[in-house]
Amino acid sequence: MKKSEGELTWKDLEIGAIVTEPGSTREYRTGDWRSQVPRYDFTKCIKCGLCQLYCPEGCIRENAEGYFQANLFWCKGCGICAKECLTGVIYMAEEEE
Amino acid sequence: MGERIGIEVSLAIAEAAKMANVDVIAAYPITPQTHIVEHLAELVASGEMDAEYILAESEHSAMSACLGSSAVGARTFTATAGQGLELMHEVLYVASAMRLPVVMAVANRALSSPLNVWGDQSDLMAVRDTGWIQIICENGQEAFDHTLCAFRIAEDQRVLLPVMIHTDGFYLTHVVEPIEFPKQDEVDRFLPPYQYPLPLDPDKPVTMGAFAPPILYSEAKKAQEVNIRASKKIILDHWAEFGKAFGRHYHPIEQYRTEGSKTLLMTLGSFGETAMTAVDKMRNEGKDVGLLKLRLWRPFPFEELRQAVGNAEVLIVVDRALSFGGPGGPAYSEVRSALYSKKKRPRIVGFIGGLGGRDITVAEFEGMVKRGVEMVKAGSEQEFEMFGVRE
Repeated sequence: MKKSEGELTWKDLEIGAIVTEPGSTREYRTGDWRSQVPRYDFTKCIKCGLCQLYCPEGCIRENAEGYFQANLFWCKGCGICAKECLTGVIYMAEEEE
Repeated sequence: MGERIGIEVSLAIAEAAKMANVDVIAAYPITPQTHIVEHLAELVASGEMDAEYILAESEHSAMSACLGSSAVGARTFTATAGQGLELMHEVLYVASAMRLPVVMAVANRALSSPLNVWGDQSDLMAVRDTGWIQIICENGQEAFDHTLCAFRIAEDQRVLLPVMIHTDGFYLTHVVEPIEFPKQDEVDRFLPPYQYPLPLDPDKPVTMGAFAPPILYSEAKKAQEVNIRASKKIILDHWAEFGKAFGRHYHPIEQYRTEGSKTLLMTLGSFGETAMTAVDKMRNEGKDVGLLKLRLWRPFPFEELRQAVGNAEVLIVVDRALSFGGPGGPAYSEVRSALYSKKKRPRIVGFIGGLGGRDITVAEFEGMVKRGVEMVKAGSEQEFEMFGVRE
């Protein structure tokens, strides 16, 4: 987006607050809704990718080593990945940010 | 010019939608509006009208379908009344905030309970803050004319707002009136084709009705408020153009025999006709009484009201709706608020009458004027009075 949400004035909005820029939701930080944060013990990880399939936010991606990890800009800390993980890699910790 | 035809007002409203070349009608029948959508259904079924007719399963769905069709750039019309208007209530806010120029005829009706299908303006007042442009008609000709005008106003690229045309249930919807119909080519000249600037289009995708977090919601509301306020001047321009084209001229506040009036009566809708007769009678008896008729309810015509009130000393506002436990009739309290900043303002008295199909007769209008002037003379601080209720 050309302007961030906080910079947009009422005059900048399209009629009816229509969104004309595709994918602009990516700019919206939902990570700050989080009260719990996922932590990982990758020694147990079998790289099955189940957590990625279950993540309702769609914010889990494979990292350079092939492990699956949530992007904390969007992760709302719902804990579904931790619940679904077959080998107990993921556990939820108190968010302290 | 066109032709004068004796026709039921509901059917005339439907014919206006037909002449406006409406593309989509999504509706659900409800008394006293049923004849409007029934006639449109007949026109579409017989092939006289080239439009999609969606019979929805409720008014909530009808208005939701209207949003969709308006958003793809189809000229959209619907009609409802009373409980039906209430059932679509939440969707009304969406229509105005999304700036979709749906036109809706409302056959004003009382609200339950007790169940009452007859005319009053409780439904009209309940949707006051929905962000729609709201125009109130006094007779069948006006209902026809304002339905036509509504499309031109709503679809103006500077406006793009939904418009409600309020017509008193039964008092107007079910009477046969001589109504002047323009010729189709005159209507076509008056009403340019509808083009929505950012329609739903697979080749150019947009997101409509997305959410706005606290950091954006206020900006969206400010934009909406600035827009509807600015629409007043454009509405007046279109009415002026209508006047030039068809010879009937409309104003936000219609004035009847107000020259030098010390006492003014104010009505909304069809009751203005009876009030005119009452004013004539009182004028003939030498009383300086005039009549104001509020046509443009939203955006509210503040300047025009202040001007119309002039140097009157007593203003009597007659509402056909109640704000329970509140400051009186909704029109009364708004008029009082609008005149508060005026240095020299009249004393304002509110009456509530004509509820649920109860008539207000000529004699009762005279009675209201007499009682109102008495209340002012006595220095009454009473907020308002329900008129003609048996004790």
